[in-house]
Amino acid sequence: MSAGVNVLQPGDCHAFESAGQRFLYLAPSAAVMAVDEVTAAVLDSVALRSRSSEEIMADLAERFPAEAVGESLDELVKVRALRRIDAPARRPPVVLPLTPVPLSTMVLNVTNQCNLSCSYCYEYGEDKIVQTDNGRQPKMMSEETARDSVDFLLRESGPEAHMTFFGGETLLNFRVLKTTVKYATEQAAAMGKTIDFSMTTNATLLTPEIIEFLAEHRFGVTISMDGPPDLQNKFRVFHNGAGSYDMMAPKVKALIATHRSRPIGARVTLTRETLDVRRIYEHLTNELGFWEVGFAPVTASPDRPHAFGDAGFEQVLDEFRSLAQDYLAAALEGRHHGFSNVRETLGEIHKGASKAWPCGAGFGLLGVSTAGDVALCHRFAGSDDHKLGTVTAGIDRTRQSEFLDTHHVSNKTDCQTCWARPLCAGGCYHEAHTRFGTTNQPNLHYCDWIRGWTDTCLQIYGQIAQLNPAFLQQFEDDHEAPQPS
Amino acid sequence: MKHLSPVNAKARRLQAALQPEDAPPAADVVALHTPQQPKGPHIPLGCSTVFAPGWEVDRSGGTAGLCQPVERDLFDCHLGCFWPAQVPDQLNHAPDWTKKCAAAQKDWRKLDIIFP
Repeated sequence: MSAGVNVLQPGDCHAFESAGQRFLYLAPSAAVMAVDEVTAAVLDSVALRSRSSEEIMADLAERFPAEAVGESLDELVKVRALRRIDAPARRPPVVLPLTPVPLSTMVLNVTNQCNLSCSYCYEYGEDKIVQTDNGRQPKMMSEETARDSVDFLLRESGPEAHMTFFGGETLLNFRVLKTTVKYATEQAAAMGKTIDFSMTTNATLLTPEIIEFLAEHRFGVTISMDGPPDLQNKFRVFHNGAGSYDMMAPKVKALIATHRSRPIGARVTLTRETLDVRRIYEHLTNELGFWEVGFAPVTASPDRPHAFGDAGFEQVLDEFRSLAQDYLAAALEGRHHGFSNVRETLGEIHKGASKAWPCGAGFGLLGVSTAGDVALCHRFAGSDDHKLGTVTAGIDRTRQSEFLDTHHVSNKTDCQTCWARPLCAGGCYHEAHTRFGTTNQPNLHYCDWIRGWTDTCLQIYGQIAQLNPAFLQQFEDDHEAPQPS
Repeated sequence: MKHLSPVNAKARRLQAALQPEDAPPAADVVALHTPQQPKGPHIPLGCSTVFAPGWEVDRSGGTAGLCQPVERDLFDCHLGCFWPAQVPDQLNHAPDWTKKCAAAQKDWRKLDIIFP
């Protein structure tokens, strides 16, 4: 046999340490394994250069019995944490789900109009992909289209359906929203399915009646909001340039005070000019009373002044890490902390999610435009290039299969050597489209940020798993998430 | 597993999957003279029982039973040792057979089947 057959190198995995314990995160399985002392020594031995198993055994001969080193090597090869240097690269086959995949969430763009004029907006800003001003897509979704959409959702869904109202500013079309909820509730009951509702809004148009309605129908409400007045008013402005904080903050407080049937979350768009994660978080939770706050870097092409460059992503990461420590401290004491970016990632790590696609867009989740066109998600609703059908004619299965095939993580060459691909799978299609002009390009501009953030969350997960494993029960499938009291 | 302890749900599934005997990768090429034949599905590949210098086919007229490891030891066998058995005739019939196989150890799976 030729030389080099037993030479080993680290495989597809990420080693991390948490509270003195060493762990491995394996790709593509997304398994988290705690490793013992022998295995840690074996991993150290091959960390810097490829070595044959004989060399590794010789290295560790004084510290550990040969039998233990042999077993450890064997286990590491089996879980693919080590691989022979001559092993052919494995690229898993592209396996498409059996269609039709039940539709879980339909995002209904009830209007493409907005009473704000946020300067970073992807829908109206310079990076927009849907021509919302040429009249082809109606400004408001009609009651008829909304009903067709409900029929479409209930036709395509499994026993549980989720319906999200979106915009534009969703509440500009509250009239249709209201009748649609009534129709959807009746239809779902008639078909023996359950349906629940959620919405995203900028909160400026909330009234006591609307709040009452949302509470009564157990709406999951997400408020788009960027933080205290100076940060909120930087981008989230009215058409005349006036900031929106003073208009919306009292309404948010009223909503949170009245709507107690489901937790209310804030969704913050971070830009390089409003990058103060801790201050934003503390304002939104302590001052306004949000149960959870989620942050997302703005989607913008790189030459926009508010877009993040490499240094900006590093700063976001530092700020996230700092706030994540608070989450960890709370978790170790079994308390709730509202930094939802951590909670969501921990949930995926706990289950061992290994994604073939970055999100459910195009199969489990679909967006519907005001005209009733079905698209990948709400961000593409109304774009002809990303249309997958209509609510009346249904989903174009050929286009859907083509989309799933070309966007499968196995077809993203750059991702094949990345250990974070089980969770990232190349990242947001809309972000990719804005940055690179195509949805099937992996988002290479934020790889370091994704790996850095995943590493942080893995360390937090490792620590909770050792010191307060009961906290992780909330991520089990049959467990209800904690609620505000 | 003794040295790796599962922490998340997927790790427990991985452990359970690896618990039974050391199953080989599915449908891999395994030599017939390998002492312990794997249980899982695999493609047996061994010396043809009859030495027939037909070069390109095995005893059943196909290519599955050609001398193993014909591909991996391709160059050793038929160049180094001048043992041209059971490889395609690269002088006349299939001159480009190894074109995509720069290093046999790594690229042998790129060698395609030749139909006589």
